[in-house]
Amino acid sequence: MNLKRWLWRLWHINESLRGYVLLLPVLLFMFFMLMVALVTLVVQSFWADTSPGATVQYTLANYSLLLTPQGEIYRALLLRSLWMSLLITVSVILFCYPVAYLLAFHIRRRKIFWLVVITLPFWASYLLRVFSWKVILQHEGVLNSMLMALGFIDQPLDIFLHNRSAVIVTLTHAWAAFAILPIYVSLEKIDRSMLEAASDLGDGFMRRFWRITLPLSMPGVLGAVLLLFIRNVGDYVTPALVGGVSGTMLGNIIVSLFTEMGNEPLAAAVSIAMMVSITLIVCVFVLLIGGRKRLEGVT
Amino acid sequence: MEQSRTPRLVPLILGFYIFVLYAPVLLLPLFSFNDSIYMNFPLKSFTTKWYVSMIEDTSMMKALWASVKIAVISAIVSTILGFLAAKAMTRYQMRGRAVIFGFIMLPLVIPSIILGASLLSFFKQFLDIELTLWTVGSAHVLMSIPFSMLILIARLEGFDRNLEEASYDLSMNAWQTFRRITLPLAMPGVLASILLCFLVSFDEFLKAFFLSGNQPTLPVYMYSLLRFPQFLPAVLALGSCILIVSVVLVSIAEWLRRGQENA
Repeated sequence: MNLKRWLWRLWHINESLRGYVLLLPVLLFMFFMLMVALVTLVVQSFWADTSPGATVQYTLANYSLLLTPQGEIYRALLLRSLWMSLLITVSVILFCYPVAYLLAFHIRRRKIFWLVVITLPFWASYLLRVFSWKVILQHEGVLNSMLMALGFIDQPLDIFLHNRSAVIVTLTHAWAAFAILPIYVSLEKIDRSMLEAASDLGDGFMRRFWRITLPLSMPGVLGAVLLLFIRNVGDYVTPALVGGVSGTMLGNIIVSLFTEMGNEPLAAAVSIAMMVSITLIVCVFVLLIGGRKRLEGVT
Repeated sequence: MEQSRTPRLVPLILGFYIFVLYAPVLLLPLFSFNDSIYMNFPLKSFTTKWYVSMIEDTSMMKALWASVKIAVISAIVSTILGFLAAKAMTRYQMRGRAVIFGFIMLPLVIPSIILGASLLSFFKQFLDIELTLWTVGSAHVLMSIPFSMLILIARLEGFDRNLEEASYDLSMNAWQTFRRITLPLAMPGVLASILLCFLVSFDEFLKAFFLSGNQPTLPVYMYSLLRFPQFLPAVLALGSCILIVSVVLVSIAEWLRRGQENA
């Protein structure tokens, strides 16, 4: 009886306790589905590749394979995926910055409406959007038939599909909304009087952009850069549909290790290697930015 | 300022972006009415037969039904969980609030393939259960919670906390306050969250690809058809229907989320 009353009083006195209780279902769910799941993947990456039903043996072989000449393909694909993700990220930012700028500074009425219009295609099925790029770029596709109809070429060209640029173009289109929104938000937050002050002090458009607008929009840009870089390293659908051989990425080999080759421990090890590399790169990136900020703060 | 110098270019540039963003998406409905299994110009004659073949494809309808079921259930579950989290985040002083917030947002930031692989290993090796639509649905709940929580935090921060305090002062208990004050005021956010989480789940491919076992969801089924030209028109027809439904749902959700803020 006492315990019940004590709990009752604690419940009413301690506000944060009520908050934690509300969070409990989410945190429990995520603890299992995220943390335990990741730990299971790590554990599985140390399994020896045995037939199902056999007793599990632990080994470092999956990781050491990645370092031997046999594992050359995994290293090459990992480097390629990181590099392509970087290119995709840069391409998305360059594509999206102007339209975010336009929305923030040049459209003064019904901003929200235009923002929704611009980001609406993002909600159309990802799979179908990637597929429609295949339709556009393929041999008998939209781009080739239009170029032929306009008389620029006589024969369909094969240069559009099955290469890295096809992957980059498709993913730039697919991820645009993820960059437009954060960049727009940070541009919108800029105090307009600072821009006017720069103009009054004689800055032209470009100079003002480099000195005021761009630096102040960096929070949105960097947020988008991190999200895009991390999420695109492991993309599967786009390289599978439009990448061809030269556009194959690590995600494709992870999936085929899981499915066709049935080597789940090795697939787990490759996934973990990918995640560790991404995490390291992101940490270095964040440290560099933090370091630069601190330097700027000192001077 | 340069606003006055470039007003004519603005609609032009905006038009260019809208064209580039929309054209690839709008190709699907265009070719779904084209009487040819090849997708290129010039268009052949107009037809609606692909829509008939879409309805007659029983395994496609089965996959559609599976996806709808998963999307409805996971949207409701993730909205309930997201609501609890949003309520805790906005109403209570807690230590480690920022860390908890970051933790709940993690599924947005982790590459899909890592989530898919780790959940596959979790369900098969740790829980040792069969892969069914339930395993797909729980993965969709995981990735919808961040969306739901963000939408509901915005909504709960938007209305006056004193209304809840007043309700307590008028000796309503927590449940009555929730049912008569918090829930009605949060309702537009709740509905927006359900709609957007529905779409997140309905469109999701990679995790369903890993976790769906022998009953495919619609995106997994469509992906398996993409290699066969003769099945493509039916995929395009269904894709066009999905497109229209998605646009309607997002528009309603955005109206609930933003339109009413101004009112």
